[in-house]
Amino acid sequence: MNNRPHLRRAAALAAVALAVTACGSSQSADSDTLRIAGPFEIHSLEPSSDGYFFTRLHVTETLVTADVEGNLVPGLATTWSADEANKVWTFELADGVEFHDGKPMTPENVVAVLEKMAADAASPLADVGVETIRADGTSVVIELSEPNVSVPATLSHYSTGILAPSSYDAEGKVEKIVGTGPYEVAKVSLPSRIETVRVADWRGKEPEVEKVSFQAVGRAESRAVMATGGQADVVFGLEPAGRERVESTDGVDMESALQPRTILMKMNAADPALKDVRVRQAISMALDRESIAEAVLREKDIAATQLLTPTLADWDAELEPLTYDAEKAKALLAEAGWKTGADGTVAKDGRPLTLELLTYPDRPELPALATAIQAELKKVGVKVDVEVTNSSEVPAKHGDGSLQMALVAKSFALISDPLPTVADTFAKGGSDWGTMGWSDPAVDKAVAALMAGAEGEEAAEHRRTIVTSAQEQLPLVPVSWYRMNAAVSDRVEGFQIDALETSWRITDIELAE
Amino acid sequence: MSRLGGVVARRAAQALAVAIGVSALCFVITQRLPGGIAYRIAAGRYGYDMVDADAAASVRDELGLDRPLWQQLGEWVVDLLQLDLGRSLVTSQPVMTEVSHYLAATLQLALLSIVIAVIAGAGIGVVAARRPGGFADRFSSLWVAGVRAVPPFLLGLLLMIVLSAQLGLFPAVGHGDGGIVLPALTLGLSLSGLVARVTRDAVIEVRGSAYVEFAQTKGLPERWVLVRHVLRNAAVSLVPYLGVQFVVLIEGVVVVESLFAWDGLGHSLVHAVFWRDIPVLQASALVLALLIVLVNTLVDLAVLGLDPRPRGRAVAA
Repeated sequence: MNNRPHLRRAAALAAVALAVTACGSSQSADSDTLRIAGPFEIHSLEPSSDGYFFTRLHVTETLVTADVEGNLVPGLATTWSADEANKVWTFELADGVEFHDGKPMTPENVVAVLEKMAADAASPLADVGVETIRADGTSVVIELSEPNVSVPATLSHYSTGILAPSSYDAEGKVEKIVGTGPYEVAKVSLPSRIETVRVADWRGKEPEVEKVSFQAVGRAESRAVMATGGQADVVFGLEPAGRERVESTDGVDMESALQPRTILMKMNAADPALKDVRVRQAISMALDRESIAEAVLREKDIAATQLLTPTLADWDAELEPLTYDAEKAKALLAEAGWKTGADGTVAKDGRPLTLELLTYPDRPELPALATAIQAELKKVGVKVDVEVTNSSEVPAKHGDGSLQMALVAKSFALISDPLPTVADTFAKGGSDWGTMGWSDPAVDKAVAALMAGAEGEEAAEHRRTIVTSAQEQLPLVPVSWYRMNAAVSDRVEGFQIDALETSWRITDIELAE
Repeated sequence: MSRLGGVVARRAAQALAVAIGVSALCFVITQRLPGGIAYRIAAGRYGYDMVDADAAASVRDELGLDRPLWQQLGEWVVDLLQLDLGRSLVTSQPVMTEVSHYLAATLQLALLSIVIAVIAGAGIGVVAARRPGGFADRFSSLWVAGVRAVPPFLLGLLLMIVLSAQLGLFPAVGHGDGGIVLPALTLGLSLSGLVARVTRDAVIEVRGSAYVEFAQTKGLPERWVLVRHVLRNAAVSLVPYLGVQFVVLIEGVVVVESLFAWDGLGHSLVHAVFWRDIPVLQASALVLALLIVLVNTLVDLAVLGLDPRPRGRAVAA
């Protein structure tokens, strides 16, 4: 840095009452700090809430983790195996693991953390039917009440990151994060900032980057300024306008990857109008997904042609893609008894087809997409009322049966294996963020067989059954896929974008001088 | 009772009444808001798309949200009397820690904004009042219209792009290293328009008064007239106005806070409402209510100091 910015800065500071600004601490951009900015805030240190910050920052580690392709690889466990019935799982722990407080990690420590998570409704470990968790020599044994093949994938979830006993206060709440990873926490300022520093003499390969900071920045406009102004090295979650600015700025590039996340309309298949599959198909056909994606997301090629993204290769059954055909949509509605009335809205027995579409603002594109859908459906005579509300209204209205349609962004790989999420989405009797009032016995059977450990060609057949039924029956109408993006400064070398966001792969990064 | 004591006693009684009223009202309103409270809290805790009926049920059990309302409110009051504000339902942090963190950030920002508003606004106002209708006065009208017309969000973004991204003078977001400058500048400049207007009008009015004419007649240099007589008397109008603006700034300037990722009380209040985090909401409202009473008290005392003439009943006596 030369002297002139200093001078200018000093002059400007003086002009705006220097004295009061002195209360801020100095956090100058050291050249050895990797500065990350992203949209989400750190509300809590509890692993089942926002634990992903600490796994992504390599502070805590899980027993199993995933590589950038989503394959399971060893974390704190070196190997794992199940009995014949997939009901008893044994995880052999790595040697010489130390917590950041200097204490060695014991199998009992691991058991204690996993037991907590098995009892925490917000952790996927609570859904696998854990009977007992115990230490056995240098390994941890998990016994289940039902067969489950997804236990290793579940143990890659951030909520199961292993914390030292010293992390908890007297009431058992997490008061600080003491993990086992190559970075340790230097400072956490809830809700917006985490600073970490490389652990000296860590058990594995020492990472190149010495310090890392994460700053939560809620507004996409501010994040774009940080990316283009060189105030952060990696900036996640830019909106179209910001992406365009980054692309025209030197020294910073956009990276992106298709996520296993789909924006879809959850349909109440028990609703008097929506229980007719022809109505659901008509709604799907009335959507010009490419134009919607182009207009709202400014990316035509993420218009969904099926429920699961093609990147989930095992689940890609090369289905007939969902297409746009407004005329056919009208014909299907007519076939189902909905005739166009005088005002252009279709009606049956004198009642117009009016549907409520619920959505939430947490992902800013959802309300915009909802209005685009509203406009598309109006063209075929379906009147949609868009209701933007809190996300929790979706499960709440699912519970009391009053939901008609909800536009949601659903991740199909909360853990590296999509199976548990798919199983939950198509659970018998419906699920909060999955189907509603819909059932297909063939799908139920296929899900059960997969959960019980079906393999090879048989498993592929079951997966095909599920995705084919979803495509034809449309209990969930896919609208668009999701691309996660990051603006990455040229001084960052070796950055890889991880679509599953298991980690930010900081250990592979080097900072150029 | 001395007048000072009178002001303080009256305000203290007001503080107590406000505190009780505001917290009870907060509790009742939160309960009356639409949407399942357990679902909202679960959404705050686990992320917007991680909430399901199970998570909501476990939240309901853990927090005892099924208990009768009077029991929940009663517990809060009993804890409050022991100066225990409880823990946030969402973050599990002690409410005291959380609210004082946000409050400190908000006070810093509000203070610096007021300082900027006064330097810029009062400066322009005094200069404009020298020759009403002159160049400086017309410039001040333009300034007032300009800063009032630009929404703070846009002004903030402009400042961010120019001072941060282009010139690299200040960080765009965050709390350290001069991060306060841009949000304070945004708020301070927005506010400076009206401060300029109020100052200008007050100064013109005071200048036309008999005592200023007397001070000039007795040969006091112009600068002393301005400082001793004009500004002091103009301040009597300006200080209560600034008090009101300060309260507005403390109550939260959510848009500016979120633009600059400044963790202030406005930000925390919005989240607390969104998540139905009742203890945080009650504590924030309590602190705000008390702060408003405190600011009003300070304004009263300042005005009393600036203009010690007796008033009200004391005049009649």
